[in-house]
Amino acid sequence: MFRRAILFLCLLGFIGGVIFWILSAPRGLDKSLIAELKQQGAIKSEIIAKGEQIFWASGCSSCHVDKKVLQEAKTSEDEDVIKTAKLTLSGGEAFKTPFGTFYAPNISPSEQGIAHYTLRDFALALTQGVSPKRQHFYPAFPYSSYKGMEAEDITALYYFMKTLPESETPNKPHQVAFPFDLRRGLGLWMQLNFYYTGEVELVKTNPEILRGKYLVENLAHCGECHTPRDALGGLEYSRWMAGGKAFEGAEKVPNISPSETGIAGWSEEDIITGLQTGFTPEFDSFGSSMVSVQENMARLPKEDLAAIAAYLKAIPPQER
Amino acid sequence: MFRKILLAITALTFVSTLALAEDPIATRKSMMKSVGGAVKTGVGMMKGEMDYDAAKAEELLKTIQETAHNFGNYFPEDSKTGGKTTVAPAIWDDAEGFKAALAKFAGDVDAAVDAKPADLGAFKASFGKVLSNCKACHEKFRVKK
Ligand code: HEC
Ligand code: HEC
Ligand code: HEC
Repeated sequence: MFRRAILFLCLLGFIGGVIFWILSAPRGLDKSLIAELKQQGAIKSEIIAKGEQIFWASGCSSCHVDKKVLQEAKTSEDEDVIKTAKLTLSGGEAFKTPFGTFYAPNISPSEQGIAHYTLRDFALALTQGVSPKRQHFYPAFPYSSYKGMEAEDITALYYFMKTLPESETPNKPHQVAFPFDLRRGLGLWMQLNFYYTGEVELVKTNPEILRGKYLVENLAHCGECHTPRDALGGLEYSRWMAGGKAFEGAEKVPNISPSETGIAGWSEEDIITGLQTGFTPEFDSFGSSMVSVQENMARLPKEDLAAIAAYLKAIPPQER
Repeated sequence: MFRKILLAITALTFVSTLALAEDPIATRKSMMKSVGGAVKTGVGMMKGEMDYDAAKAEELLKTIQETAHNFGNYFPEDSKTGGKTTVAPAIWDDAEGFKAALAKFAGDVDAAVDAKPADLGAFKASFGKVLSNCKACHEKFRVKK
């Protein structure tokens, strides 16, 4: 009898122990939460993938990579090595202008770069040309074009750029003479050339042309090179894409409006092929600064290139 | 005998003056133009706009080969400007780099010619390498003026 009671108590204790074990167990994730997290993770990688498209479309790497490192990478003929070089934004490219020499800074996600930028700082720089310390940036940074970037695209670009390789290359100070070394003065330039600017008139519009307008005018900033500038360095919107002049050397940037001296002779398919391969319809190839632009464009989906081609056919023809 | 030597010398001088008188800018531009024409045919075959023809492929590769090997001889110091040239000063400022670009171009074309591509697949592989030279050299050594 006594033994039985002990056995019973033991059993009871065992059952109690099991119940305790079950009740006190740390719980795993809720099933619905798992599903939701998966969904959010997919959204995050979608945002980053979108950010990559914006990155190539807006050509940040054309200015913010170290050209020497990129040329070195190109001799390897290995696409992965080349892509990594294009994504390492250590800065250093020099821009010689009549106002002085500017150096593109390090914008990789590092201490020397822009690890400290919040999303708001980033948006402020791109759309207003203003630094986190509330100083004007020089317009060699094409914020005059980026000012029209959509919030969704700025956000995607921000998170994509957080995934890029870190570089600890220190920035080179710009070599700018008085009075252009006073950043405050840029505010006056911006009154003339940034806050109030012309508008590009279109001969016709449809959703594809409007997509092309956004790509060309706001992201790819084609006009910054292909449109003539006035004495103060402002773009002449009435002569949109009539052909520009490089600040450096004797280089002329061609007229790409749909006129005889422009690219009226190129079909939309020719423009798409040009941006994909770098070859003109006569099988000459793009040269100088257009090569890095083309290599960025080649990474965009064909619909975007078709939209760019449609837009270039819809702007008014200009003679050079 | 004496007359023959004299004649030979005259002929030689004549030929060499002719070579000197030959305009290096016009020559190099027309050489590149012929490369452009050859590439047009090659890309047409690659895209299937015309049938692959091994004899035509050989011909166009040889046209490019000739330019690749001789192009570098037409850049005297006094040909930096004039004649609607589109050369960049880097050809002279970075002479080593220009030489290296020419050598790579010649190497890739030689390899394509030696490969004697019998079918489109083989042609695409070697011709694609040749094409990568155009942009690479024009990026550094050419500007529109
Ligand atoms: C045409 C060349 C060019 C392109 C293209 C360009 N930048 Fe820049 N960027 C510059 C220059 C030059 C500066 C320096 C401006 C200054 O110091 O006033 C700069 C500055 C910046 C800064 C400020 C860095 C700092 O140290 O605070 C950021 C951020 C930046 N760029 C991001 C971008 C992004 C993002 C893109 C692509 C969407 C881009 N840039 C495209 C030339 C360029
Ligand atoms: C950084 C300056 C720059 C930017 C930005 C730029 N281009 Fe160009 N583009 C050039 C230069 C320089 C050339 C001449 C290339 C050469 O020497 O062969 C050129 C040539 C071209 C040509 C060939 C014209 C011809 O007659 O041969 C087309 C087409 C063109 N660009 C379209 C575009 C489009 C579209 C964009 C925007 C997506 C763009 N470019 C952005 C500098 C630029
Ligand atoms: C090693 C350098 C180099 C390579 C490689 C090269 N080019 Fe050129 N190309 C030049 C230079 C330099 C010029 C400018 C010549 C001038 O204007 O004096 C030029 C000019 C041209 C022109 C314009 C000719 C004219 O009428 O003015 C065409 C077309 C051309 N190249 C096509 C090609 C193609 C296609 C390829 C590739 C198969 C190629 N090039 C490879 C250096 C090169």
